[in-house]
Order: sequence, then structure tokens, then C-alpha cells
Amino acid sequence: MTSLNLLPLFLVLLPVLASLAIALGAPARKTALVTVLANLGAVLVLALSMPSTPGYHFVSSFPCIALPSFFEINFTLGVDGLSLAMLILTSVVSVAAVAVSPKNVRREAEFYICVLMISCGALGAFLSLDLFFLYVFHEVALIPTFLLIGIWGGLDRRYAATQMTIYLAAGSLVLLAGLMAFYFAMPEAGRSLDLRQISITLADDPFSAGDQKIIYPLLLAGFGILISLVPFHSWAPAGYASAPAPAAMLHAGVLKKFGLYGLLRLWVPYLPEGAEMWVNVLLVLLLANVLYIGLVTMAQKELNLMLGFSSVMHMGYIFLGLASGNSIGLSGAVVLMVSHGLTAALLFGLASVIREKTGTSTLADLGGLATKAPFLSFLFIIGALASMGTPGLGNFAGELLIFFGAWKSYPEATFLAVWGIVISAIYTLRAVRSTFYGETRAATEQVQDFKGVIDAWPYLLLVALLLAIGLQPQWLIKMIEPAMQLIAPL
Amino acid sequence: MLITVFLHPLKKVSVFSSIAACAVSFAGSVLIFAQQGQAKLSALEWATLPGLKITIGGMADPLACLMLLVVTGVGLLIHIFAYGYMKEDPGLSRFFAKLSLFMFSMLGIVLADNLVMMFIFWELVGLSSYLLIGFWFQRPSAAEAAKKAFVVNRIGDFGFILGIIAIWALFGSVHFDELKQIISSRPDLVNAIAPGVLTLAAFGLFMGCMGKSAQVPLHVWLPDAMEGPTPVSALIHAATMVAAGVYMLCRVFFILELSVSALQLIMWIGAITSVFAALIALQQNDIKRILAYSTLSQLGYMVMAVGCSATTEAMFHLGTHAFFKALLFLAAGSVIHGLHHEQDIWKMGNLKKYMPITFATFLVGTLALTGFPGLSGFFSKESILFVAYHKNIAVFAIGMFTAFLTAFYMTRLFVVAFLGRERTEDVAHAHESPKVMTIPLMVLAVLSVIGGFIGMDHYVGHHAVEHDAGGYGLVMGLSILCFLLGTGLAWFVYHQAEEEPCQLSIFKVLRDKFYSDEIYEMCLVKPQAGFGQSFGSDRSLAGRWFAGPFEQHHCLRWR
Repeated sequence: MTSLNLLPLFLVLLPVLASLAIALGAPARKTALVTVLANLGAVLVLALSMPSTPGYHFVSSFPCIALPSFFEINFTLGVDGLSLAMLILTSVVSVAAVAVSPKNVRREAEFYICVLMISCGALGAFLSLDLFFLYVFHEVALIPTFLLIGIWGGLDRRYAATQMTIYLAAGSLVLLAGLMAFYFAMPEAGRSLDLRQISITLADDPFSAGDQKIIYPLLLAGFGILISLVPFHSWAPAGYASAPAPAAMLHAGVLKKFGLYGLLRLWVPYLPEGAEMWVNVLLVLLLANVLYIGLVTMAQKELNLMLGFSSVMHMGYIFLGLASGNSIGLSGAVVLMVSHGLTAALLFGLASVIREKTGTSTLADLGGLATKAPFLSFLFIIGALASMGTPGLGNFAGELLIFFGAWKSYPEATFLAVWGIVISAIYTLRAVRSTFYGETRAATEQVQDFKGVIDAWPYLLLVALLLAIGLQPQWLIKMIEPAMQLIAPL
Repeated sequence: MLITVFLHPLKKVSVFSSIAACAVSFAGSVLIFAQQGQAKLSALEWATLPGLKITIGGMADPLACLMLLVVTGVGLLIHIFAYGYMKEDPGLSRFFAKLSLFMFSMLGIVLADNLVMMFIFWELVGLSSYLLIGFWFQRPSAAEAAKKAFVVNRIGDFGFILGIIAIWALFGSVHFDELKQIISSRPDLVNAIAPGVLTLAAFGLFMGCMGKSAQVPLHVWLPDAMEGPTPVSALIHAATMVAAGVYMLCRVFFILELSVSALQLIMWIGAITSVFAALIALQQNDIKRILAYSTLSQLGYMVMAVGCSATTEAMFHLGTHAFFKALLFLAAGSVIHGLHHEQDIWKMGNLKKYMPITFATFLVGTLALTGFPGLSGFFSKESILFVAYHKNIAVFAIGMFTAFLTAFYMTRLFVVAFLGRERTEDVAHAHESPKVMTIPLMVLAVLSVIGGFIGMDHYVGHHAVEHDAGGYGLVMGLSILCFLLGTGLAWFVYHQAEEEPCQLSIFKVLRDKFYSDEIYEMCLVKPQAGFGQSFGSDRSLAGRWFAGPFEQHHCLRWR
């Protein structure tokens, strides 16, 4: 075991240690910032020293609980191309989220501990090779999210936090049921919680069609609630609208992707017959995500709600990529997961800056911000362009690959889903037009722009990565493609 | 090479680097043109997956060379003109940055060696057009027009991307070279494809053109796009970007050609657009809008030509149209500049006295557009009508009628704005524009005159119909007749008119643009707003089922 193998452990432990330090009285903001920057550095080291062979690397394992002949839980961490892409997303968004956190927040220590714990939970979930810890780390991340919304949230924070808690807790329970069904459906000899062992077991002895028929919808519903698949989506827009900036950025940007990550790990590769049986249901649901939610998004009158619904809508595209079942569509889905995470973080962050500076997020009260705050507007418009799939930014590459891949499997559904690019252009440009263009209003009269790079660097960081993916997606595709080859059932 | 030059001004925003970059790429285009070789840029992987390979690469075949010359040549002149036009605007460097982004993306379309790259630059061109139309974003009308342009273009792009994907699914490649090779070497593969599928794929590609080249029914954005600064209207919405649709059709013609019904459809849409727009142009009063509808109509000609398999003629007309329409728009810009942003032709009159150079160049542009024998427009329009005569007599008749209408509305515009008597006092204070604006006008005027003699024959492939096929004299005679009739009639009606003499209700329909905007409003915007009212809060479906029961508890009440 080289020292690099301990790097994943370092990633997970550092935020915990930093939280302890903050609880003991270390300066909260500075400690948090140093922590997330150190994690970003560690992820970069991992990315640069990653071998190009498929499979998991930098594995470290610590036995935890062993009940012989029943189950065995090991604290196993490891990285493959897919998790590496998610780690890059998590660490970059974490840096941005901590950096944009308000400087004079009440209960500062608790606030930053919550933010760090979300980051820790997300990193842990993406690093865990053990199903138990995969699940637990996600819960670790969810609890501080509820706290952030419930305590530091804006308008309707109690409603939003409660609704979100009920939904996500219900989702987690369904998911737990699904995971248990998954575990017990495996043949007894090869039964394991370890992702590596699971793939070996199921390669030799796949699930029976009857088992797949039950496990498939359970996992879909469980993960689907976390991802805001229609009709389990209504927690998301309200929750994001009232969440404080870092919570919205980390949840919409990173945690929501956990559900998709879980689907990619367990649901896409091992349940091809279940997929065949349920495909029509899935296609209807994901088209509802794109088209129905798209139309709902068009009708929004609040900037934050608009962003919330738009983020729900884009999940439909990612589902389409997952449904395609070929490596083009799946790679596109992952590219879009990363890009959407960056975009969501960028837009939610900037929207809360706008709300802070103008005191409103109602579109009708905004206007003319491009005159008063050109730099802020420039950044937001880049985010908006990314979100509507403009070439040169990452989302376009993801959507394009998804459409290519999905056309191979389901041309009719793809035909309908592509209408989404028209819908998203309409609502995005409408929001941009009423927020930034036109005459200034009472609310936007006194707005101060960002003072150069000092205020804007967290957003610039997100934009830079979006551009890097959009201009030349090949580096990201090369990173994830070996993993996708193993996952793609077709 | 060209592209790196063009990225530069984006970073170091300044007028002169922008103009210089334009000049350099013009020189580069001339160089490539002179070599006449198949220049190829090295390819970089953009996305490679099993079964799908997309590279960043460029190619300059004769078709691209021609387009390069037009884009960079006209672009350079318009850049220079724009400096004079926009000198006093506080957003000057923002303007030139956006203009450079446009030039970059436009050259990207021209040079792209595969469909996906073309689509990427296609969208970027749409984006820069959005930014430039909305350049004066404080004005609500400009902000709305920009949004409308982008959304309508997106509808076209929706078809384009599906077309690309369908082509890839059918032939397994998105690269022009590979596609050409597959189609020519594997007739069995082509024959195995159901004709309906191929037609749909070809129609998808054509939808992209319908959006960008503003063909009916996706034409509604172009007239509104005139909210942008006039040099932008000249460069993007007359000479280059809107012609990209036609260029794309010529580029993928080897695919379109496989489907006869797709070509038929393209021909008819082009013909309908040309006459539809020309009719509307008869009764517009805004100088830029008349020119905008005229652009629509001329684009209709080009699309019609492609539908008649006459790509050479389409490109020929594209080139000459770029010269004289850029000239007309810039001259109109000079008028607007001289009159302090007055655009209503009924508030002008006798401008020949105050703006002699603008007057003279506008006259040249008008004559070229209306098909005065010997000028560039005459030859290119002639060649299209000649092909139409052999392909489909009904389309030929429509084309002739449009030629008559063109002569009529342009003469109306010219007579009302430049001749007669000053209708308002402001006209008397009009002044000729500075040299930085008039020199590009003069260069373009020369090009509009001689453009017809530059033989394009041996650059863009074959002729659809050989010249000795007969009827040449008849077509020429008829078009000269149309020109004379249109001009004469308009002269007769307008040369003494103080206000619009045509007040019949039928003309009101034309003035109101056949109610296109209203139809869109009724069919799309209203139902969507209704949907928004009923589902906007999204609490009717999932919200009620899932959160509904909990809502009884007061701790959970909504607000």
C-alpha cells in the first residue's frame, strides 16, 4: 500500500477533523476554506496519478463489523473514473460553496461545520466501495442540509425543510428496502456488500428476471426521490428556493448526483431485464421531467424557483442517458452530471447574491442589472447559457452525447426530449431578460457590482471548469469511459 | 490559423485589433483562394467513444473558399463602417468584442469539416446574433427581439440536431468526407434505407436552415432583429449569418439529393418565402424593415435554387446578394446616422441633395437588387430563374412575380426616401457621413456592379441545367420586362406622393405582415400562459398527492 492509497481516507477525514477544530474554537471560515482547498489539491493529485486501466484504484480497506455467514461490513474506499469525476465536482463545488458563504452569519461555527459535513458526506459516498458506507455517507450529508435550510434558510424555511426531510427520508427508506432486496437476491455464496465482489458475483450468476422486476422499481423509486424524478420532485424547487447559498449549491450541485451515481453503480449494470420490463414507465417519467417540468419552469415568476425547476428538468436528460444503456449515452449522462453540478452551483450562488443585493427574487421587480452590475450579470449569463446547452460549455457536450446515445435505443423518446432545448431556451432567456436587461427598477437602482476577482473568484472557478469541459470534453470522457464500458449492459 | 487570430480580440478588446484580425483573415482567405487547394486543418479529438467520433477540424474546399472570401471581405468593410457608426456609443469595445465572436463562429461554420462542429458554431453564431441584437439591452424592444431571435433559431436547431443524429445513425459518421465516401461507395447501404427515414433526416437538416435563413414559417425573428445596430443588420442579418443556412444546404447537398421529396419541399418553401416576404415589403415604412423583408425574399430565392438542385446558382446569388444587400444596409445606416436615428421613409425625402454619396451608392444597390441588366443581381437572379424554368414552371412563375414585386418595393423605397421633397424639417439638417463610412460604401458599390462578371462556375461544382438547354432568351426577356414593369409602376404611383397612396384594406394585411406574429401569439404564447396559470405552482399533481395530506397539520401550512 503506497501513501497514495491513503489519500481517499485523507479526503474523508479532513473535513471531520476540521469540524472538530472549529467546534473547539478555531476560526470557522478560515479553517473551512483551508480544508476544502486542501481537499481540492488532494483530488487533483489523485486525478493526475490515476492509472488509465479500468477498475478501482487507490483502494484501502478497514474491517468493521463481521457477522460470519450473514454479512460483513468493511470500510473500503477506492476510486475509478466515474468516482474521480464526481470527486472533482464535489471538491470544486465545496470550495465555491465555502468561499461564497456569508462572512457574518449567525452561529458561525455551526454553519461552517454543516457545510463541511455535507462535503465530507458527499466525498465519502463517492469514495465508498461498500454499500453500507455508500448509504451512510449520503445520510451524513443529508442531515446538515436539513439543518442549514431549517436554521439559516430564507422565506418558508420551515415548510421547505420539513417537506424536504419527509421526502428524502421516505426516499432513503425505499432505497434501503431496495438495497436489501438487492443484497439478498444475490446467490448466498458470493453475497457481498463490496462493489468489486458484487460485480464478480453477478457476472457469473445474474439476477433472475423475477428478482429484477422487483428490484428495478425499488431502486428507481428510492434513488429517484433523491434525484427529484417526477412525480417525486416537489421538494426540490421549494427547498432550493429557501436554502442558503452553500446548501443549495452543495445539494443541487453535488448531493443530487448521489442518486444518479447509485443508479450507475447498481441499477444500470445489473438489471437489464428489469429495464426492459419497466422501460415505458421510465421513459414516460423522464419525459415528464423534461417536458412537463419544462413548461412549469416557464411559468415561474421567482428567479430561485425558476432555477429549482430548471434543475429538476435537467435530471430528465440525465435519466435519458442512463436509460439509453450504451456507453455513449452513459458517458453523456456523467458529463452532464458534472456540468450540471457546476452550473447549478454557479446559478444558485449568484441568485442568492442577487437576492441579497436587491432584497427580492421576483422577476417582475428585477431588471436592468446588466447596467448596474455588469460583472455579476456576465457570470450569471454564462451560467444561464450553460444551463440551456450552449456549445463551449460543459452541459452542451453532455446533452449532445446523451441525444446521440439515446437515439440508438429510443428514437421516439429522444425526438420528444430534444424539444427540451427549445423550452429551456425560452425560460432561461426570459429570466435573463427580466433580470438583467431593460430599465433599472427600484430594487436594482442601488446595486453594487462585484469588486473584481476578489468577490468573483469562486464563480470564476466554476466557469473555468465548465469551459474546460465544454471546449474539449475528451479529457473527461477519457477519464470516465473505461468505467462506462464496464457499466453499460449493451 | 484564422481561428487563433480571432480568439485574440476577445481577450484584448479593442476596435483596431478587431479590424486588424478581420483584415488578416481576409488576407488569409485570399491566400487559400489563390492556392485553390484542399487546405485542411489538423484535427483534434473533441469526443471519441466507441461508434462515435467527433473531431475539431477544418477544411477549405472551393465551396468554403468562396464563402470565406464573402464573409471576410464583406465583414472587413462592415467592421470599418461600424467604427464610424458606433464611434460615440459608450459600449464600443463591447460591440467589437461581440462582433469578433460572431466572425469567429461564422468562420467556424464555413470551415467545419463535420456536422457536429458545424452545429456547435451554428449555435455560437446564434448566440452572438442574440448578443448583438440585444446590444442596446436597456431598450425593452431590443431585449425582446434578441430573445425572439434566439428562441426561433432554437426551433430550427432542434430539427438540425435531430437530423445530424439521424444521419449518424444511418451512415455511422458525422464527417463530410466520410459521409461522401460512404454514400458514393455503398449504394446498397443507401438503397436499404427507407425513403421516408431519409426524407425526415434531410428535412431535419433543412429545419436548421429554416431557422437561420428565416424561411416561412420560422421567418418571424428576422424583421424584429433590425433592433440591433445597423452594421449588425448588414453583417449578420443580411450578408453572412442568414446566408449560412443556404451554405449549409449546399454543404450537405449530397445528402439532400438522396431524397427527391425533401428537395421538392425545400424548393416550395423557398418559393413561398420569396413571394410572401416580397408582398409584405410592399407596404412597410421602416427603411430597415423593407430591407429585412427583401433579405427574406432573396434568401427564399437561394433556398428555392437549392431545391432545384442548383447549388452553384444558389452560391452565386449568395455572393452577389451579400455585396448589394450589405451595401443597401450600410447606406441605410448612413441615412439613419445622418438623420439622427430616423427610420421612417415617409419622414425623409430629397436626400440626394444632402447625402450625395449615400444617394449614389444606394442607387447602385437598388439597381443591383432589382435586376438592372448588367449589374450583379441581374446575372445571379437570372441564373436561378433559368434553372427554375426548366425544373418547375409554377415555381418559375412565382420567381418572376417576386422579381416584379422586388422592383416595385425597392423603387418605392428609393423614390420616397431620396427623391421628391423634404417631408420634415430634420431632413434639411441631414449631413453626409464621414469617410470611414462612405469608403466601404463605395467599395461595395463597385463590387455590386462587377460581382456578376466574376465567374463562379468552376468553383462550386456542376450546373443543374446546361446553358444551351434553350429558353435562355425568353427568361432574360421576361425578367427585364418584370424589372421595367415594377420600376415603372412604382415610379408612377410614388414619384409625387406625399403619403402612402395605397389605402385599400388588402394593403393593410400586407402592412400587418399577414398577421404572422398574431398567429404565433394565438397558437403558442396564449396556451402556454394558460398552462402556466393552471400548473405554474406545480401543486396540482405531486404536491397534492404527497404533501397534501401533511398539509392539514398547521406546522406545514404553505405560508
